[in-house]
Amino acid sequence: MTDLASAGRNTSLPARSWLERIGTGHILLAVFLLIYPLMASDFFLTQIGGYSLVLGMIALSLMLLAGYGGMVSLAQITVAGAAGYTVAIFGENNSGIYGFGWPWWLYAPFAILLASLMSALIGWIAVRTEGIYTIMITLAVATACFYFAQQNYALFNGFPGYNGLRAPEAFGVYWRDPVPYYYLCLATATIAYAAVLYAARSTFGLSLQAIRDNPRRMRAIGFDVTAHKVFAWWLAGLIAGAAGVLLVWFNGRISPGTISVGPAINILVIAIIGGLRHPIGPFLGAVVVVMMQTFAIDIVGAERFNTLIGLVFLAIVFVSPDGILGLWERFKPRTGGEDWSSFVKGRSDKTKT
Amino acid sequence: MINKRTLLALALATGLTAPAFAVAQAESVKIGLLATFEGAFAVLGEDSARGAMTAVEEFDGTAGGKDIEIVRGSSDASPDSAVRAARKLVEQDGVKILVGPLSGDEGIAVKDFAKTHPDVTFINGSSAAQDTTLRDPAENFFRFSTDGAQWMAGLGEYVYDEKGYRSVATVAEDYSFPYTQVFGFMAAFCKAGGKVPSKSWVPIGNKDYSSVIAAIPDEVDAIYVALGGADAVNFLSQYNDAGGQAPLIGGSITVDQTVLTAKGKLRDVLIGTPAAGPTADTNDDPAWTKFVEDYKKQEGAFPSPSLFAHAYYVGMKAAILALNEVEGDLSDGGEKFRAALADLEFETPTGMVSLDENRNAIADIYLTEVTENENGELVNKLIKTTPQVNQTLGIDRDEFMALGAVSRDNPSCE
Repeated sequence: MTDLASAGRNTSLPARSWLERIGTGHILLAVFLLIYPLMASDFFLTQIGGYSLVLGMIALSLMLLAGYGGMVSLAQITVAGAAGYTVAIFGENNSGIYGFGWPWWLYAPFAILLASLMSALIGWIAVRTEGIYTIMITLAVATACFYFAQQNYALFNGFPGYNGLRAPEAFGVYWRDPVPYYYLCLATATIAYAAVLYAARSTFGLSLQAIRDNPRRMRAIGFDVTAHKVFAWWLAGLIAGAAGVLLVWFNGRISPGTISVGPAINILVIAIIGGLRHPIGPFLGAVVVVMMQTFAIDIVGAERFNTLIGLVFLAIVFVSPDGILGLWERFKPRTGGEDWSSFVKGRSDKTKT
Repeated sequence: MINKRTLLALALATGLTAPAFAVAQAESVKIGLLATFEGAFAVLGEDSARGAMTAVEEFDGTAGGKDIEIVRGSSDASPDSAVRAARKLVEQDGVKILVGPLSGDEGIAVKDFAKTHPDVTFINGSSAAQDTTLRDPAENFFRFSTDGAQWMAGLGEYVYDEKGYRSVATVAEDYSFPYTQVFGFMAAFCKAGGKVPSKSWVPIGNKDYSSVIAAIPDEVDAIYVALGGADAVNFLSQYNDAGGQAPLIGGSITVDQTVLTAKGKLRDVLIGTPAAGPTADTNDDPAWTKFVEDYKKQEGAFPSPSLFAHAYYVGMKAAILALNEVEGDLSDGGEKFRAALADLEFETPTGMVSLDENRNAIADIYLTEVTENENGELVNKLIKTTPQVNQTLGIDRDEFMALGAVSRDNPSCE
């Protein structure tokens, strides 16, 4: 697990101007993402752009756990779903069940908080295990939640779930319109991305990575291993929860299909395809996966498009076990400055114990 | 180095922004075809596409003087995936007419989606949940394929009077279409005096039915089964293995060709099962036999078209007929086209079809029984035709609405 999840460490950061610290790669990316609405149609703005950012955030929460904590979770979509169902129950829906009509500024933070607590709870159960057993436990949690939501009508409204969930109209803007929705997703994703980058270099992040590499030694020095891991789960829950709120605003509905095993594995695929070494990986993976799932049917027809998707994923992982990040590293310009690509490279001077 | 980076950025930019490459020909009309090409209902989805293509080929691929261009979208029977696929077809591929979806709750979700695109016309595939059109309908959503309660017309009385069943347990999937079917069956069966002491609802894609089979009371006269595709096959073979003796009553898709053609030891449990639905395999009406011939030209066709093929055929044919009427003119946001659809009354392989004020079909329904034909294939033998069944099953609309929305617990007659 640690090999797959060896996120970079860059302990010696010399004092630099903020522009240098951000790095040219980030600036180019930011400019592109900011002017993207000028070039893209509404469909590409929301169905590809917004949706990729949302899935990217959910996968980012997995990357945080797997990359820095060595804990691969299949329950991230479940956490996002918890936030989504909270929005449906406490906000407004037209399924005729609950819908307490809370305003968005109340239900959205509440949903994120509830999701993060659920994530911490799942984490608290899962940290007793390691490696493949963590995967199994989180898969069990995800599956149990899916079936419970599907068969419980009192709280989750069973198979049809909730529909008619509208994004709020605030500050004179309807936030499900293509451009506002895209920028909303972009802003949230940027915050989540920056937070993960920052957390990874913080004392907490470094201790978490140390725990990933050698929990026994960390425990011997006096670190509370369980608390660090559960805290990481809670942070991941905040990100997944925020993505969950955006997801129901995007779909306008939530049903057990949103949190079934297929989507749960989809998140893992996104994270693996993108690469677990750097927080940008999940977003790259999300773009590729969303593009494939949307357009494969136009390339090979309705009968075999899932085969094509599978083959492309296999090809990526076959050529580069580190996903798209690994591909980038292979072909990236060697003169790259102090941008994130050097951060990725930093993993090579990682010391293994 | 710079070149490589620029190139990469360029590739990314074009990849993310390029609109669909298919250059729209001046004289073509795009029709979206939304069905379940993945998941538990994939076999059903493929057959529905055969039905739709049968209609397209019947008109030589033209409608209103323009070439028909079919764009396919796939869902996995979950409402979310159906809306995502519909959104792609409408917002990216730019279809102005969409035929689909296949499954019950998908229909309700797509109906809600339809309200956000009033200039696009949605024609139902085979989705047969009652509330797609009965409650809170969308102005631009049309259903020429009748709903699951209509499909049950005549079955409740038949098993009570002819078969002498007084007490029946039900096993059905846990979503809106089977609710609708159970509602349609019980409406007549309970009215005749029958009792339904036990109802089992199982999730779609369930694999292990042992607990469900064990929970069926011993003293029931028969079991009403409303499961589809792989679920029906799994239940029936496990029921057979468990030595189940009670005779079966079939929901419309339980004894459909998608199940009857499945391999395995289903034969013994299935023969003699009464059911009702919008099609009957042994129908000898020349319109039906011609449809079967046309359908069989499709690749991978079943010995007889499934009701999904039939429903998509009827929906697609309605779209083409209305397009012919307006000469392919959709320039007014489809206003004229939808008006033509609403007034459309046409001869299908299963009799006349017309729409009510909620744009739901009024059509003939067939009572059938599973038999073996001379080739050893299982087919649905036509017993009786119930002519022109409407959505309220002949009951006054207000009275019918008062029965409440279909659900796990409605109706009930223990």
